[in-house]
Amino acid sequence: MESILELRVLSKHYSTNRVVDDLAVAVRKGEFFSLVGPSGCGKTTTLRLIAGFEQPTSGEVLLDGEPMGDLPPHRRDVATVFQNYALFPHLTVEQNVAFGLERRPHANKRQIRAEVADALALVQLTGKEARFPNQISGGERQRVALARSLVLRPKVLLLDEPLSALDAKLRKEMRYELKKLQRAVGIAFLFITHDQEEALSLSDRVAVMNKGKLEQTGTPQELYRQPQSRFVAEFLGEVNWLNGTCVRPEAVRVSRGLPAPAAHDAAHSTIGIVENATFLGNCVHLEARLPDGSHCTAEVPQHDCDFAVGETVNIWWHAADEFRLSAGA
Amino acid sequence: MRLRSIFLAPTALVMFLLFFVPLLIALAYSLLTRGPYGGVFRPWTIENYQRALDPLYLTILWRSVWLAAVSTALCLVLGFPLALYIARSARHKTLLLNLVMLPFWTSFLIRTYAWMFLLRDTGLVNTLLEGLHIVRAPLPLLFNDGAVVLGLVYGFLPFMVLPLYATLEKLDPALLDAAFDLGATPWVALRRVVVPLSKPGIAAGCVLVFIPCLGAYLTPDLMGGGKTVMLGNLVQSQFTSARDWPFGAAISLLLMLLVLLVARVLGKQSEKLL
Repeated sequence: MESILELRVLSKHYSTNRVVDDLAVAVRKGEFFSLVGPSGCGKTTTLRLIAGFEQPTSGEVLLDGEPMGDLPPHRRDVATVFQNYALFPHLTVEQNVAFGLERRPHANKRQIRAEVADALALVQLTGKEARFPNQISGGERQRVALARSLVLRPKVLLLDEPLSALDAKLRKEMRYELKKLQRAVGIAFLFITHDQEEALSLSDRVAVMNKGKLEQTGTPQELYRQPQSRFVAEFLGEVNWLNGTCVRPEAVRVSRGLPAPAAHDAAHSTIGIVENATFLGNCVHLEARLPDGSHCTAEVPQHDCDFAVGETVNIWWHAADEFRLSAGA
Repeated sequence: MRLRSIFLAPTALVMFLLFFVPLLIALAYSLLTRGPYGGVFRPWTIENYQRALDPLYLTILWRSVWLAAVSTALCLVLGFPLALYIARSARHKTLLLNLVMLPFWTSFLIRTYAWMFLLRDTGLVNTLLEGLHIVRAPLPLLFNDGAVVLGLVYGFLPFMVLPLYATLEKLDPALLDAAFDLGATPWVALRRVVVPLSKPGIAAGCVLVFIPCLGAYLTPDLMGGGKTVMLGNLVQSQFTSARDWPFGAAISLLLMLLVLLVARVLGKQSEKLL
């Protein structure tokens, strides 16, 4: 499939600090692509390199096959949704959205009005045209920022932690809205976040970054089920190390005695002593100590969890749910 | 409430005795008749105000407003890039701000004399130009309108830079990124984003420069060589050589009225900053 945005061994060094190190990423047309990693991993710098706010130390950014070189931001066909939206406080919602259109040569006032109206309708802000950014809610501000960028129909929309300024409930709602919006406009989104849940739930593909380097790229399922490094495995969710393999807590089964097929399979079972059981509503978070002294956590459906603290239980899992990490990774 | 009154009382007293009472005296003087050797006498009259509207004095008024406006505009044009540079410079902010304020460490009078030494016919600039055979006769650099504007701009530039710096420093850099990202050239970003958002600073700077320029006395007297008369000089001469106290009082009150008017118009904008 054709890529719309390609980063070729992109690096950005500040003296000896390799903020972005030999990054190679290709975002496909119409794709929702997330760049995820802990804070300070270089993901925001990567975004700034793509947008043209910073120049790479080496490597290049290709947009629709064209090398961007040292093109300034205003000449690149990408648009950014900033972390705190960066709406112009002295302009109305309508003027904010029109700002980019007015910069285009041969801008036609009537056409701009029509395009702005369409963009505002797309993000359900019709009727708020005359408001100023400080007169609308946080969620609405974010929609204005989206409309302001999308109205330019960029080749790629860059989103820098756009949900982090919202409260938890709104964040979940906006996640769904964002996905719907991306499907509707069909523009490739490059979504930057430190929240693995956000990245997994929204994206077609995810790239995990750590200390400036790319750890792994793949679909959310691939990354979660077959992580290639300990970092990716642990960044995307909890991991139990059992008999030399890795198992996610929700794949760990806990019972008194072993079911028939698993009884013969010593490689996929062990025993443990229940140390802690935390009721979480939809499930129980069970913590058990294993014979080798390590700990195992399991998410057990609450209706079949009647284990007492101190009880010895059997712990087992399906071979298909385990994954291996190469030593040292 | 009582504590507040106790702390405010000294200020209120000083303001009343040294500002409000003299203002009333000036108002009274402006409505009296001049004495032969200064001083004021009865009868009461409004003749002094009528005289102030004489075309001769309106010319001086116009000249003062014009020179103050030109000086303010030049301060803005020179001060804006400087304030923007200081606000955006990462490391040397404090040093640069201190450099802007450094001239205040020397008396304004001495600094004005220094300019005169530089600009007079046998001054450094003309000596240099003649020595290099760039000019044959000394250039008339001093004792004209240009010299007065130069002196005013030099003297009041920091009053423009500081309020501008205060607004520009608060400007979110992400707004500039957003403007560039949306296709704005640096020039458009300046015009459409930076300037509109620094309006309060521009207004405050203009008030702080225009008003003292309008009433300036020292600079036009020294650098204008007495030829370039502004309102401040007119007031001064009425109280000294002309010995017409009532007329001087009338002009100074009219000047104050003008200043209040300007402050009110520009002050609406600068309220956001101050």
